[in-house]
Amino acid sequence: MNEQTPKERRIILKHADDPTYSNRISCYLREGGYEVLKKAFGMKPEEVGEEVLKSGVRGRGGAGFPAGMKWKFLDRKSGKPIYLICNADESEPGTFKDRQIMYKDPHQLIEGMMIAAYAIGAKQAFIYIRAEFHEGARILNQAITEAKENGYCGDNILGSEYSCDLVVHRGAGAYICGEETGLIESLEGKRPNPRIKPPYFPAVLGLYQCPTIVNNVETLCNVRHIIEMGGEEFSKIGKPNNTGTRIWCVSGQVMKPGYYEFECGALTMGQLIFDVCGGLLPGRSLKAVIPGGSSAKVLRADERFTGTLKDGSEFDWGLEDIPLDFDGPMAAGSMSGSGGIIVMDDTVDIVEAMANINAFYAHESCGQCTPCREGSLWMRKITQRMCSGGAREEDADLLLSVAKQIEGRTICAFGEAAAWPTQSFVTKFKDDFIKKASESSDDRNPQTLQLI
Amino acid sequence: MISPTKEELITINLNGLEVEVPNGMNAVEAAALHGHEVPHYCYHPKLSVAGNCRMCLVEMGTPMRDRATGEPILEEDGSPKIGWVPKPVIGCATNVSSGMHLRTESDLVSECREGIMEFLLVNHPLDCPICDQAGECRLQEFATDYGRGYSRYVERKNVKPKRTRLGPRVTLDDERCILCSRCIRFSQEVAKDDVLGFVDRGSFSTLTCFPGKELSNNYSLNTVDICPVGALTSTDFRFKMRVWFLKESKSICVESSAGCNTTVSSREGVIQRITPCRNDLVNDTWMTDSGREIYKTVRSEDRILRPSVKGEDQPLNETISSAVNILQENKIGLVASCHSTLEEQILTKKLADLTKAEIFLRGHFGEDDGILLSADRSPNLRGALVTGLIQEYPEDNLLALNDAITKGDVEVLLVMNEDLIKSGISEENLAKVKVVYIGTHSNSSSQNADIVLPGLSVFEKGGSFINRSFLLQSFELCIPGPVGLKSQAEVLSAIIAQLSNEECISTNLDSIWELVNSGQIDLLSSITYADLKVAPVQLDGSRWSQLNFVEKEALNYRPLAS
Repeated sequence: MNEQTPKERRIILKHADDPTYSNRISCYLREGGYEVLKKAFGMKPEEVGEEVLKSGVRGRGGAGFPAGMKWKFLDRKSGKPIYLICNADESEPGTFKDRQIMYKDPHQLIEGMMIAAYAIGAKQAFIYIRAEFHEGARILNQAITEAKENGYCGDNILGSEYSCDLVVHRGAGAYICGEETGLIESLEGKRPNPRIKPPYFPAVLGLYQCPTIVNNVETLCNVRHIIEMGGEEFSKIGKPNNTGTRIWCVSGQVMKPGYYEFECGALTMGQLIFDVCGGLLPGRSLKAVIPGGSSAKVLRADERFTGTLKDGSEFDWGLEDIPLDFDGPMAAGSMSGSGGIIVMDDTVDIVEAMANINAFYAHESCGQCTPCREGSLWMRKITQRMCSGGAREEDADLLLSVAKQIEGRTICAFGEAAAWPTQSFVTKFKDDFIKKASESSDDRNPQTLQLI
Repeated sequence: MISPTKEELITINLNGLEVEVPNGMNAVEAAALHGHEVPHYCYHPKLSVAGNCRMCLVEMGTPMRDRATGEPILEEDGSPKIGWVPKPVIGCATNVSSGMHLRTESDLVSECREGIMEFLLVNHPLDCPICDQAGECRLQEFATDYGRGYSRYVERKNVKPKRTRLGPRVTLDDERCILCSRCIRFSQEVAKDDVLGFVDRGSFSTLTCFPGKELSNNYSLNTVDICPVGALTSTDFRFKMRVWFLKESKSICVESSAGCNTTVSSREGVIQRITPCRNDLVNDTWMTDSGREIYKTVRSEDRILRPSVKGEDQPLNETISSAVNILQENKIGLVASCHSTLEEQILTKKLADLTKAEIFLRGHFGEDDGILLSADRSPNLRGALVTGLIQEYPEDNLLALNDAITKGDVEVLLVMNEDLIKSGISEENLAKVKVVYIGTHSNSSSQNADIVLPGLSVFEKGGSFINRSFLLQSFELCIPGPVGLKSQAEVLSAIIAQLSNEECISTNLDSIWELVNSGQIDLLSSITYADLKVAPVQLDGSRWSQLNFVEKEALNYRPLAS
């Protein structure tokens, strides 16, 4: 490993790979667990919220919206009950950080959630966990039982007047349940059709039409550490506007894929891939990187990214120079999203990678609104045909046009999630798409191999 | 017909023009008020907003304000600076506010509509020539108006079930469904019978009934009406008739006192279907399935088609003369009907006064469904109150008449429509009296009558009814009646003329209303039939507030406070 490469700073995943540490409460208490909850209960709820706002922590689910600000939007005047929901539906392809937290250190999440619930005044909290994490649901339920037995959750937390119940709810295997209003619908027992905004902003009309806060697993864990070290102190980790650490989930053709926790902006994409992850497989060269889960726009290895940052400084980056925080990938025209970094080397057929991503979005579109429902399947059919010997030269432009007809016209952000990969893949690798057409044999019926 | 709401008017900027619209109205309706069509599929004025079709995308902006001071930010020329929302917004979920700017006609909006139309059509069968919805299909219309006009789609289309039976009256073609969810929302919100839902996801989403349920409620056919495409079809009507051949007439449903406004569609004198007609005071845009079936009685086998005297067919004029002869006797009883039109009731009252007959009237009552099938199963009971035929609220029988016959107080009966045996008249008593029957269908009264005078059904004449809310509504002639028959009003006026040796009252409805206006019925004195044809008239029914009306609170109806 290069000497200049910064070391990992594990805050959230501190105990993740400790062989002496289990997911039982005894281990958590041994390491000072639930002490922060006691500290938080010594503060007023507003003060807790104030610390989170001061910390500048941004949501780890994908959009990167400041969590403290989100809490501020909560409608407290309505007099309706307030709900806290932990979004553990981690289903963005390429992302596997929340899984580590819940499987290996569930009490950290419970402590973070109880602090958050105390801060926003919620009497009922939920963990909405994806169906595939059945073991995770079991672990969380066990942890909640332990926490309740020890008075860290449930009735009269720490002997105070404050009570907050915590329930684990398992999804049924749908990507769209990660969209917060879709999640709320699903939690209410309905089809997870995302709601129209306006008027259904969760902070005002959320679960059961009551004010609701939905936060990602990692975000809620950060709440615990913010209260432990104070918002001011937390904000010194990382860079301004990009505070705290981030867990980067690296997958694809690197020597050591996995999860790595670093301070925001502490290292560049190149350092992560070539130093931390041990570089590419032998003899391969880098072709492209998707920096924040499959919805993020792809970045090409030989691209140059230029522009002006928010602080006014100009930048001229190659892919390897992009700093890993919230704003870096954003400045490069993509996003850090959920932190799922997918690395593709020169053996990857870009059109097939596109077909794979399109198949995912066509399969996961909820079907509620027209552009995403029809557009995602159409794009899937086009790329599938292209990969089955039926590519046409005009398909690249058609894909772009279809994607443009989806973007910004849907009920939820899934429209963008489905459109951005296509837009970036086709724009940046247009030659690959055109080449497919010349490879296609004319005597082959493009319809024959197509699946419906 | 729909009177503009009396809400506060505000000024918005619609496509560059300052216009006034009611505050809070959604952008689709606001634009429509000023002649700008915003195409839509999932939005329905009487259902909740779903916002899923995305066809009504428009551009929206609001005047910008300085965050610190709250002062409006102005352009250089002093006009307010508009903060346009970067993405198009759906008109159906955008409620107008003062100063809002809307663009329903711009390049972006046109492009959005082209895109949505293309998406809706990629998995929709393009076989309009064999589709039953053709001619009244929003998809077809908007594809022509806003679509691109050519297809870029070369992939295979999705395959879905073509003939699903959702219930006894509704058949679904899933391939044509554009998943707008109107039918689902209708079932939940109006019919209160939550049986429809989508299964599967993405473009493979399929409309279906929940397991073990079927769409069998009495409002199921409204889902067919509101389906913007050819997915939900009426099992009764599908593939019977092209809609462009149909003549449409406005009518009133006679099933109950709700008085649903209807559109009767007929071709060459034969009714093909009945659909609801929007009236926000009465039925919104709905009606019952059972009400739609009533047209079948027009050509039913028990229809009386010829006048007769003692079972022998006779010409109408002679039959009327025979009736007049009988009615000149004493001890006449007159069974009036709450199925008669207001005009017929006026003439019935006049005839009763002339013959000094005692008036009997039977109510027809059933279960109230709290929506549009009211407990009073006649269209015009309040008409009988207004015309003075009755003062008390009627019973659901004619036992009073039976007693009168038993006592010998009634020897001659003129019956409008009612079935005497089913109304509680004993066969023995029925044999004692001479009966003149005026009605459309055969029943125990007509079978035992000395004289039978056929009438016309509600579809074969014009007239008016007073519904449960004391709303006076007129209806028009939809189809011609059977050859040689005259309306009940004409028959009655001919009888009156002969009895009184006066000239026959013109049976033109306007003339009957002139009779009304001459002051006989104070509640109606200022109304003319010409006005009534334009818009319904709300009558003041407060003088009957002490009566125990059987109707329960329902859609657009609150019982009079008693």
